[in-house]
Order: sequence, then structure tokens, then C-alpha cells
Amino acid sequence: MAATRTDTGRARMRRLHRLTDRRPLYLFALPAVAVYGTFFVLPTLQALYYSLFNWEGPGTSPAYVGLENFKTKLTDDTTFHNSVWVSLKFMLIVVIFQTLIGLGYSLLLVRNDRPTIFLRALYFLPTILSSAAVGFIWNFVYDPTGGLITTILQKLHVHYRPALLGSPKTALIFLAVVQIWFHAGQMMVVFVAGLQQIPKDYVEAAAIDGATRWQSFRKITWPLLGPATGIVVAYTTLQSFRVFDLVLVMTEGGPLNSTRVLGFHIYRTAFEAFSYGEAAAESVLFMALIAGVTFLLRRVLRLTKADVTGASA
Amino acid sequence: MNPITGRRVGSRALLAIYALLVVVPIAVVAFGSFKTQGQIITNPIGPPRAPNLIGYREVLSQHILRALRNSIVVVAFSVTLTLAFASFTAYAVTRLGGWRSNILFGFFTVGMAVPAQVNGIQQYALFKQLRLTNSLPGLVLVNMAVTLPVAVFILTGFMKTLPRELFEAAVVDGASPWRLYRRIVVPLSAPSMAAVAIFLLVMHWNDLYYPLLFITDESKWTLPRTLASLRGEFLTDYPALFAGVMIASAPMVGAYVFLQRWFVAGLTSGAVKG
Repeated sequence: MAATRTDTGRARMRRLHRLTDRRPLYLFALPAVAVYGTFFVLPTLQALYYSLFNWEGPGTSPAYVGLENFKTKLTDDTTFHNSVWVSLKFMLIVVIFQTLIGLGYSLLLVRNDRPTIFLRALYFLPTILSSAAVGFIWNFVYDPTGGLITTILQKLHVHYRPALLGSPKTALIFLAVVQIWFHAGQMMVVFVAGLQQIPKDYVEAAAIDGATRWQSFRKITWPLLGPATGIVVAYTTLQSFRVFDLVLVMTEGGPLNSTRVLGFHIYRTAFEAFSYGEAAAESVLFMALIAGVTFLLRRVLRLTKADVTGASA
Repeated sequence: MNPITGRRVGSRALLAIYALLVVVPIAVVAFGSFKTQGQIITNPIGPPRAPNLIGYREVLSQHILRALRNSIVVVAFSVTLTLAFASFTAYAVTRLGGWRSNILFGFFTVGMAVPAQVNGIQQYALFKQLRLTNSLPGLVLVNMAVTLPVAVFILTGFMKTLPRELFEAAVVDGASPWRLYRRIVVPLSAPSMAAVAIFLLVMHWNDLYYPLLFITDESKWTLPRTLASLRGEFLTDYPALFAGVMIASAPMVGAYVFLQRWFVAGLTSGAVKG
């Protein structure tokens, strides 16, 4: 009975599809295709093309050099190599701590009573600020002469002025702290949504069976939270790879290039060294790096998904 | 103290610590915007003892109101046009069916994987050729190009959940695609359009990258761009910097207070689906 109904339904859809004239629908897609095709897809393809040229920017004529730019970038260019490491380190610090903080706090924010809703909104607040504003706020927090941290340490009679952004050893870590402050609240919300989808009975049944809180987290909550964790890790990875504004406003890549992330390095190559061809090659390698990391993530996240189906079965 | 009370005290303490971490830096900057440089040195943290507007006056002399106007114009056009174009496209993806849908959808979503620094240089070269640098319409165009992928992605995800019978019935009744879009799709997808609108609003309002690349003419600077330039102008002049931060953030924070749920929904739909 049900089968016949779907069948006729499908046949009807097919007939309707034949009836529908598709041409107007193409017109609907046209404006977006034109804007995005011209100003996004085309420049991306051009980046691929010009990576094979020695080019000093608009107004100069590009000279074909084959794979020379890539050879230089991969073998000799130590500043570029440094930036790859800086980006990877920044990504790892942010992904690990933002995910842990997001997860840890979401466990305290699951309920929907008024104080909890208020706190969730408060923790989310930094997300809506601009990175320029966040950068300036934290410049003052970190300022070694009279900034927030220094003042608090003085009031506690601690005579120690940490270098924070001033030292090449710690600058990247303290930049990561700002990035986490900026976006951890957003990740808490994603985790809370995941947690609220877990049926309460599971945890209650486990408690009746004498499971400790840790056991029920480990065996029930964590596996069922797999999809949310996947989203948070994937999003945080891309977001931290893309960091640019904070670097510009807070450190300009310094000290000693210790915070010169790839995005900022490429910007410098193009707009300060005017090596457009090289910048294009770096962009292509940057894209490849992101694709590689995303591929690895997919494999890892698929494992998590297997965990989830294993747990729910 | 029994273990349950202990746990409750512990979790309250953790919640309070994070609340302070969020509030204190913002409050210190808000307080500081009403102090003089000297007052910030003697009293860096607390509320201003003799509040004044010196910082605001200084930042107003840097044409921050002009930047505010530029930002409003650019954001209004960017959000409206991106939303309209993206919802047209999502409608086409939903209705075309089969491989045509997949190609159109794939064409847009592949763009979500390309970070801004990858094509920014070529965008700059292209815009320069077309004489679209140093122009607010140029800024609107690049904003649209960059956020269309994620907007199409989110809206398509929603429109696919609309019941097919509605479309069928309307087609049988002889409704044109435009009428169908206007009378059925737009009203039904209003909540997801609102979420996307907020997402775009925050993205475009806060964007520093494209104004930095494309706009050298100060009279066309947007708020974040003007704010970034204050770092050079007032490296140590905190009152002016803080006043600038306040002016640039106040509209978003104000909107957030009233439309909190929409902001959270919009920005997490960007996270979840972007």
C-alpha cells in the first residue's frame, strides 16, 4: 500500500519535472553565479596560474618561470618554512585547548534555567566583536607597562613582569589565548546543543546501575557527543588556520617572526615585497596544506563516527 | 561538606572565573574610554573617578563618524544583496533536481574551503584592473563573492526540508517560479534567512581584511579599518583607542542584547554548516 503511494508520488514528481520549465530556474542562479564566479572562482584559478610566473604585481608583465617558485618555497625559503610551522603550532594549541574548554564548560551549561542561559549568552559575547577590537582589548591586557596583567600582579605584590607577546618563546601561546577567548564561547554552544540531544534516560539508567560520573561520561556522553566534537574540531582547525586580523593588530608577525602565520606571511610577500608570483605559489601550497589537514581530520573523525554508531547499537 | 555540595561549589567557581575572564577585559576598556591617559596610568582597572569624553573627542577628529557611515552603507548592501542572491540560488538548487542541483551546489560549496589569503592577491589585481579598488561598491562586491558560498550552503540545507507537496501543488495550480519563490519559499524560510542575515551582518561589520587590501583612500575607510589605523596614530594613547573600540563594537553589542537568540543561532549555523 505504502509502496504504491510512493511510486505514484515519484511518477508524479517526474511528470512535474518534465512539466517544469528549467530555464527560469537558471535565471535565479545567475546573479550569484556571476558575482561569485567572477570575483571568487576566477581569482582562485588565477592564483594557480600565476604561481608559475615571476610577477611583480598589476602594471608589470609576468615572466613564466615554470615550477621555480615552488622549488624555492619548498627548499630554500626559511621564512616560509617558519610560517608553516607557526601556523601548525597555532592551530594545534587552539584546537586542543578551545575544544577542551568548550567541552568542559558545556557540561556545566547544559541546563536551561535562567542563570545558565544568561551565562551562555555572556560567554558567547566575544564572538560578535571584531578582531580589531579584540586585538586592542588584549593589547592592553598584555601591555607590560601598566596593562591589566601587570597591574594585577603588582597589586598582589608579585614583582614579575612576564614578557607575554614580547618574547619569541611565548608570543604565539599568548596570541592563541586571545583566539580562544574570542571563540571558545561559540564552541560551548555547539557542545551544549550536542549534549541536549543525548536522551537523559541513558545517563539516569547508568547511574541506577551504579556507574560513576566519570564512567557515564566516558561510556555514554563522550561517544554520543561524537558529531558535535567533529564539528568543533573541524571548524576550529579552519578558523585558526585563517587567523590574520589578530596578528596584524597585535604582533605584526613578531617578535622574530614567531607569530608570522602563513596568511600573514603571504600578505607580506604580496603587498610589502611585491612578489605576486611567489605569493601565488605560497597560496597554492597553503591550500594544499589545508586540504591535507582536512583529509587527515576526516579520517580521524570517521573513527569517532564509528564509535558513535558502535555506542548506539 | 558532602561531595555533592562540594561539586556544586566547584562548578560555580569555574563558571564565575570564566565570566570574569569575559567581563573584566571588556569592562576595563569601557571604563578606560572615559578616562584620560594620566588616569589610565594611575587607575588602569577601576571605574573612572572623573569620567570625561577626551578619548571620544580625539577619535571623532579621526573621522570615525564617516567610517561609521561607510560601514553602515557597505554592510547594508552586502547583507541584503548576499541574502537575496543566495536565496535565489538555494531555490534553484532545491528545484532543479538531479545532477544539475549537485553541480550548482558543488560549485558554491567548494569555495568554503578556500581561505581569504589564497585568492586575495588576485582579487586585488582584478579589482584594480576594473577600477573597483577605493570604492564602496567594490567592497560590497567582494563581500558578496566571499560569503555567498556559506549563505547558499545554509539556505539550501533549509529549503531542502520544505515539503515537496507545496511546490507540486503550486506548479499544478500554474504558479510561476517567481510567484512560488515569493509566496511560498520566502515566507517559509524566514527563520533561516534571519539566521543567515545575522551571520552576514557580523561577518561584514567586523571585516578588516578587504578594506585593508582594497581601500587606501581614508575617506572610504570602514570602522575596523579606521580602528586598525589608530594603532599607528595612538600607539600609547589608550583613551582614543578604547573610545574607537567602543564605537565600533556598540552597535553589534546593542543588537546582541536584544536579538541574542538570533545571533547565537546565526553564528552557530555558520559554525555547524560552514
